[in-house]
Amino acid sequence: MEKYRIHPENGLEIGLYSIGDHLRNPLTGKRISAQQRIKELIETATLAEEAGLDVFAVGESHQTLFATQAHTVILGAIAQATNKIKIASSATVLSTSDPVRVYEDFATLDLISNGRAEIVAGRGSRLGAYELLGYDTRDYEELFEEKFELLLKINKEERITWKGEFRAPLNDAEILPQPLNGSLPIWRAVGGPAASAIKAGYAGAPMMLTTLGGPSRVFNPAVRGYREAAENAGFDTKTLPITTTSLMYVAEDSQTALRESYPHINTTAVQLKGAGYPKQQFAAATDHREALMVGSPQQIIEKILYQHEMYGHQRFLGEIDVGGVTMDQIKKNIELIATKIVPAVKKYTKVNKGGIS
Amino acid sequence: MKVVGLSGSNVGTKTRTAMDYTLQVARESYPDAEITLIDLAEVEMIFSDGRNYFDYEGDTKMVAEKIMEADAIIIGTPVFQASIPAVLKNVFDLLPQNALRDKVVSVFVTAGSSKHYLMIEHQLMPILTYMKAHIVPTYVFIEEVDFYRKEIVNDDILFRIDRLVEDTFIMVDAYRKIREAKEAEYGF
Repeated sequence: MEKYRIHPENGLEIGLYSIGDHLRNPLTGKRISAQQRIKELIETATLAEEAGLDVFAVGESHQTLFATQAHTVILGAIAQATNKIKIASSATVLSTSDPVRVYEDFATLDLISNGRAEIVAGRGSRLGAYELLGYDTRDYEELFEEKFELLLKINKEERITWKGEFRAPLNDAEILPQPLNGSLPIWRAVGGPAASAIKAGYAGAPMMLTTLGGPSRVFNPAVRGYREAAENAGFDTKTLPITTTSLMYVAEDSQTALRESYPHINTTAVQLKGAGYPKQQFAAATDHREALMVGSPQQIIEKILYQHEMYGHQRFLGEIDVGGVTMDQIKKNIELIATKIVPAVKKYTKVNKGGIS
Repeated sequence: MKVVGLSGSNVGTKTRTAMDYTLQVARESYPDAEITLIDLAEVEMIFSDGRNYFDYEGDTKMVAEKIMEADAIIIGTPVFQASIPAVLKNVFDLLPQNALRDKVVSVFVTAGSSKHYLMIEHQLMPILTYMKAHIVPTYVFIEEVDFYRKEIVNDDILFRIDRLVEDTFIMVDAYRKIREAKEAEYGF
């Protein structure tokens, strides 16, 4: 865990992530400018740091209705505006990037942030990047596997000699700058199905698993499959951290949380996927066994602890800024997360050196 | 209420003939409904490639969006090689997994003989159920002998189609009321 800057003795890490969607607020019908959206992301990161959250992550998307095409640039601004909070991607679409450039960017981020940068590499669940940047989705799997392998190699070795299908060969190349302490935490972003998690396990890479919504139990095969594959490939699963990521909205009581968040989460589903979030499913959020992190602080605590007992994960990231949620709502969420949820979750998830307390 | 009549074949006349009669009944009985015909013989479709349905262009986008906007879809299909035509299957493949949630879907079949009477049960219903449709349980099976020169000549079939249309509209109303009552309870 140390290698990935994770310290289980401090309890479950809790942070925020954004995919950078740039949607109209369904209640006002208005959409803020891309400039404002980006500035608010940076402000959100500083608020998360002030509130004492552990991580802030920004994801890359290359299509309309998004504002985080250049997510590393935004992370650069966040690195400069903050001092303590870890900064990560959520995710970097590695398949359509050059791993050398990705590593250069994040190593630089690591230097700017004084050792706080992490890469979360994914294949992209939206296909915009492939079309825009000239990659064929028929190579979806191979593009990622080859590039991820190279990225891990760059992280491990000082001089790189490498040959592959999707990039010019590297001959004794030195990739600079080097990160502050020689290497970066590099995670693999994984969608819901176990198949992708199993690949992360084979690669022996930490996993960031999307558990957006639905019964928490549904994601357990991915967690188990990941650990089993890692073990089969000869890795010690005790050294491999897992992050989960869910849609999140906290309010004083569950009815307020449901009422305030539904229009935003629903419009996100409508605009990004073309079909709304069924109210019947949304209403299930009040059950502690449901992964959708919408509810009162007490409910969210129960949900996270229920998942922690099942997954034994090390980090949870909530997405609180979808579908044109206002900055005031984001502030309120951060306050409730930091004052109510974090202390309770940390208390119950702290691990003693000798075992689980 | 938005209703789409989806004539699911790119060749032949029987399915379209039955669809024309079906939509005529629907228009006469429910003049306030917005009723659209999509005849897959008249549109230029491309095969599904996994993108979001609204990211297609031309007829493919139009067809997908019309279906997504509909409250009810009346599907007419012939029997091709003991199954539904590829062009009709392609329409389902264009749409998201739960595309038919909260939509009523009713079906009639045209066929050369009664040999494939259960084709719909084996080939089409599993797709509709998987995509979460509210299915009108009874479908109408129309054979070659029921047509004469692009007209349905069997009164029994005409009555069955009348009932199919009525059941479709009743189910849309019924499910809408149930849904609205349930959603009012949620308070969000």
